Amino acid sequence: MWRFAIKMLFGDSAKFYGILLGLGFASLLIAQQASIFVGLMSRTFAFVGEVGHLDLWVFDPTQSFVDDQKPLRSTAIDRVRGVEGVAWAAPLYKSLLVATLPNGVRRSVDVVGIDADTLAGGPAEVVAGSLADLRLPDAVMVEIGSSQQQLRLPADLAPGAIPAPGQVFDPNGPTRDVEVGDILELNERRARVVGLVKCAETFVAAPTVYTTYARALSYAPQSRRVMSAVLVTANEGEDVAALAERIRTQTGLEALDPNAYAMRTLSYWMRETGIPINFGIAIALGFFVGVAIAGQMFYNFTLDNLRYFGAFKAMGASTWRLLGMVALQALVAGVLGLGLGLGAVSAFGLNAAGGKLAFKMLWQIPLIAAGAVLIICILASVISMWKVVRLDPADVFKGP
Amino acid sequence: MTFGSANSTNTTVAAHATAIRLRGVTKTFGRGESAVKALQGIDLDVPAGELTMLVGPSGCGKTTLISILAGLLSRDSGELNVFGTDLATLRRDRLAAWRRDNVGFIFQQFNLVPQLTVAENVSVPLVLKGESVSASVRKANELLTTLGLEGRGKSGPLKLSGGQQQRVAIARALIHEPRLLVCDEPTSALDAELGRRVMELIRGRSTRPDRAVVVVTHDDRIFHLADSIAHVNDGRIDQLTRGAAHARAAPTPTTSTPGSNPN
Repeated sequence: MWRFAIKMLFGDSAKFYGILLGLGFASLLIAQQASIFVGLMSRTFAFVGEVGHLDLWVFDPTQSFVDDQKPLRSTAIDRVRGVEGVAWAAPLYKSLLVATLPNGVRRSVDVVGIDADTLAGGPAEVVAGSLADLRLPDAVMVEIGSSQQQLRLPADLAPGAIPAPGQVFDPNGPTRDVEVGDILELNERRARVVGLVKCAETFVAAPTVYTTYARALSYAPQSRRVMSAVLVTANEGEDVAALAERIRTQTGLEALDPNAYAMRTLSYWMRETGIPINFGIAIALGFFVGVAIAGQMFYNFTLDNLRYFGAFKAMGASTWRLLGMVALQALVAGVLGLGLGLGAVSAFGLNAAGGKLAFKMLWQIPLIAAGAVLIICILASVISMWKVVRLDPADVFKGP
Repeated sequence: MTFGSANSTNTTVAAHATAIRLRGVTKTFGRGESAVKALQGIDLDVPAGELTMLVGPSGCGKTTLISILAGLLSRDSGELNVFGTDLATLRRDRLAAWRRDNVGFIFQQFNLVPQLTVAENVSVPLVLKGESVSASVRKANELLTTLGLEGRGKSGPLKLSGGQQQRVAIARALIHEPRLLVCDEPTSALDAELGRRVMELIRGRSTRPDRAVVVVTHDDRIFHLADSIAHVNDGRIDQLTRGAAHARAAPTPTTSTPGSNPN
C-alpha cells in the first residue's frame, strides 16, 4: 500500500505541487534567513579569523567585541612578554581613520597596524606586492575586491602618479580602483600603496588598510593609549588555557584564544542588538507560512482522499496502515519540499557568494530547516490522521 | 433464504447452509431526544449460494443493515453471525482483518482511486492481504480480461465509461474471492441493459455454495435476479419475497418478523 500512497500523492498534481511549494517556501525562508543571519553574525568576528598563527588575543577586559576599541597602554606589550610561557607577543593597532584621496574625497578606512618585525596580524591573502614591503617608508597595503566601500582614485590620475601642482580632480568625476604605487593621505600624512590585499567581509563598512604598528601610530591621533590588542603565541607544548590565566592574573588584561574571542564578539551582538529577534521573526514567519500553506494543502489532500481511505478501511485496511500511508505521504512531501527549498537556498547562496549579502549556511542550518519541515509535516499529518482515525468505514455507503 | 423462523416454506433455501444469521439486531444513532432507531430488531437468515436484495425507501435502515452484516458497523444488541463468525466478539483490528479476508464491496460511487491505474485499483484487496503489488496487478489484469476489460489495466479509472468503472469495481470486489459480496446500489448509475449485465456478472461469480451476495438496491429492473428480497421499512424487515418469480410478483409477506411489529 506504500506504493499506492505515493502514487496517490503524486497523482493529485495540483495539491502535490501546492504542498511542495508550501514546504519548499518554508524551508527556503527558514534556511535562507538563518544563513543570512549566520553570515551577518560571522562578519562581526571575521577579523579575528583573518589573523592566523597565534594562540591568544590579549585586550582590555572591558572590551565587548572586536571593534569595541579600548586601547591599552604601550607598556602592555612588555607586561605580556614578561609572562612565563609566552613565546612572542606582538602589538596590534586597529581603528577607523580618515583617508583623503587625490580628488579630495575623504573616506573612513579601518587601519590595522601590525608588528613590523613579525608581521603578525597581517592579512590572509596578499593580491599584489609582498607583506614585507610594509617595512618600506610610508607603506600601506589596501584592501580590494570586497564589497566594502572601496577606495577609488580619479581615473585621470595614472597609477603611482602624483597630482601636478594645481591639478584639481572632480570629486564626482570618473574613478578607478586603487593600485600599487598610488599615494593617499591618512590623517594628512602620506601613505604609499605597496600592495593590495583581500580580507574577509566584516561588519565595518570601510576598506581595511594595513601598515606597520609604528606607522599606524603616526597616522593615529596622539594618545597615551593606542594599542588595540596584543597578539600572543605560546611556547611549544605550553597549555594555552593556563597561559591565558597567567596573563589575566599578572597583567589584569583579558586573554582569550581566537575562538573564544570570536564568541565573545558574537555573544555581544546576539545579546545587545535586535538582530537575532528580527531574523527570528522572519524565520518564524517562514515556519508559520509553511504550516499555513503546506498544512492546509496536505489537510485538503487528505480530505479529498478520505473517501478512498474509507473504502480501504472498509476493505480491511487497518487504521495503522492508513495512518502509515498518510505519514509516508507527509514524509515524502516533506523530503521533496525540503530538498526544493534547500536547493533554492544553495543556489541563492552561490549567487550571493562574494557579494555584499552576508550568507553562510552552516551544516546545522539544513538540519534546522529539516526539523522545522518535519514539525510542519507532523502538524499537517496529525490533523489529517485524526480524520482518518475518526473515519467510519460505514461512511463509504453514504451518498456523495 | 429463511426469514423470521426456521420453518421456511422454501425447500431449496432450506437445503443451503446459512451464511448470515441475524437475530434481534438493533442499532440506534444518537442519544436522548435526537436518538434515531435505525434498526429495531432485525431477524434475517441469508443462505449461502444466494443473492439477497435489501429494498426499501430511503432512511429505512438498509445501509445500516448492510454495514452491520459486513462488519463495518457494530450493532447495539442482538445476534450477528456471518459464516460462522460472531462479529460482535471481534475487536476492531480483528474485524478489519475479517473484512479483508471475507468481504468484497461494491460501492455506489465505485470509490476507484483516480491516481491509481485500473489494475492497481483492482489489486488493492490482494495487496491488503499481503500479496506483492506486481503479483496482485498481474492477477488483476487477468480478472479484468475475463470481465471484458482486456488491455485497460494501465488506464486511469476516470478514463473509463460508467459501465466499465462498475466492472472495475466488481473486479476489485471479487479478486480476493470473498465469501460475502456486499453491493450498494450497484446499478444506480447504469442504464437498464448495462445494469442487468452487471447484476448477472455479480450473480454468476458470487452465488456459489460457499458464498453469499447481499445487494442494497432501489432498482426494480433487477429484482428478478434476486433469490430473495427483503423489504426493509422503518428499521424492520416487514416483507420478504422469494425467488425471481416472487420478485416480479406483487410483494406479499411470506412470514412476519418475530419480535417485530409489522404494523
